[in-house]
Amino acid sequence: MTDAPTPPDMAQPDLDEYRARQRGRNRALGVVLAFFAVLFFVITLVKIGGNVG
Amino acid sequence: MPPAAALQLPTEWRDFFALTKPRVMSLVVFTGLCGLLAAPASIHPVLAFTAILCIALGAGGAAALNMWWEADIDAGMKRTAARPLPAGRMDRTAARDFGIGLSVGSVLLLGVAIGWLAAGLLAVSILYYAVIYTIWLKPRTPQNIVIGGGAGAFPPLIGWVAATGEITAMPLLLFAIIFMWTPPHFWALALFVQTDYAKVGIPMLPVVAGEATTRRQILIYAALLMPLAATPWWIGGTGAVYGIAALILSAAFLGFALPVGLRRTAAGDTMRPEKRLFGFSIVYLFALFACLVADRLATVQGWLR
Repeated sequence: MTDAPTPPDMAQPDLDEYRARQRGRNRALGVVLAFFAVLFFVITLVKIGGNVG
Repeated sequence: MPPAAALQLPTEWRDFFALTKPRVMSLVVFTGLCGLLAAPASIHPVLAFTAILCIALGAGGAAALNMWWEADIDAGMKRTAARPLPAGRMDRTAARDFGIGLSVGSVLLLGVAIGWLAAGLLAVSILYYAVIYTIWLKPRTPQNIVIGGGAGAFPPLIGWVAATGEITAMPLLLFAIIFMWTPPHFWALALFVQTDYAKVGIPMLPVVAGEATTRRQILIYAALLMPLAATPWWIGGTGAVYGIAALILSAAFLGFALPVGLRRTAAGDTMRPEKRLFGFSIVYLFALFACLVADRLATVQGWLR
């Protein structure tokens, strides 16, 4: 987290907004990735299950 | 506006979400789900969910590509000027890449999880909307809405094929019903926002062919919709629950279209009949597809025997 690129010449309020948006995007992306990881796992279970029974 | 040299703030994730036209997506999800549930085949709930998710993501990708291409047009219209691209909250390349990513991802996931026939149809629907409609025909012909209706007609077809794995008469009829429904639905809207479309040079029918022609065409499509909507019943694809509901709903649709088709805009007109037709057209499609699913449920449960 500490080596995230710091935009040059940015006033503190803007920098706070910059960081807040970065965090928001990272969180949204994290949720999406976790969702798809779970979805692929469950799809795999269903597909394997279909061939076992 | 900040000076050009200032570093642009990262685009918020909400703006990426807005690119997918979430409100249109709700209709896509609903009709896709109805196609899937009305099909005479059972599909595992997880796979059904995945199929609908892919249809929604594909529609979102196509919508993002549409907004990428039309950013300049959107900037000129009141209804669309606040979208992320014309409002300057996002750069165009990001919107394009997001659209392509969603489109490709949804087709691949649908192919791997469900089947390549459904995935192929999804790919065709995305290309149809983003390329044939948005880029090619929308700016060139006043029949653009008729053509665009084809794009919106794909979800129930894809949903049905995801469940059954084959294309038969029924899913094609569902496609045809939405295809026939779209022109009166959208032209009713175009009648009361026509000044906007004229400004940005999109050849909407009311702008190019005139209001009288548009009103007549609305009436023709509404009249054709009635026998078409009832056809699934006549060919034995559904039961009477759907058939009777389709006839009643379509008669009401025609009832709302009649005053629109037979009147002329007066000075200082509030366009009430047009707004009511537009509002009812959305209710119509939701109700018709809900009845399709209810009919299937009634048949499976044997309630009508």
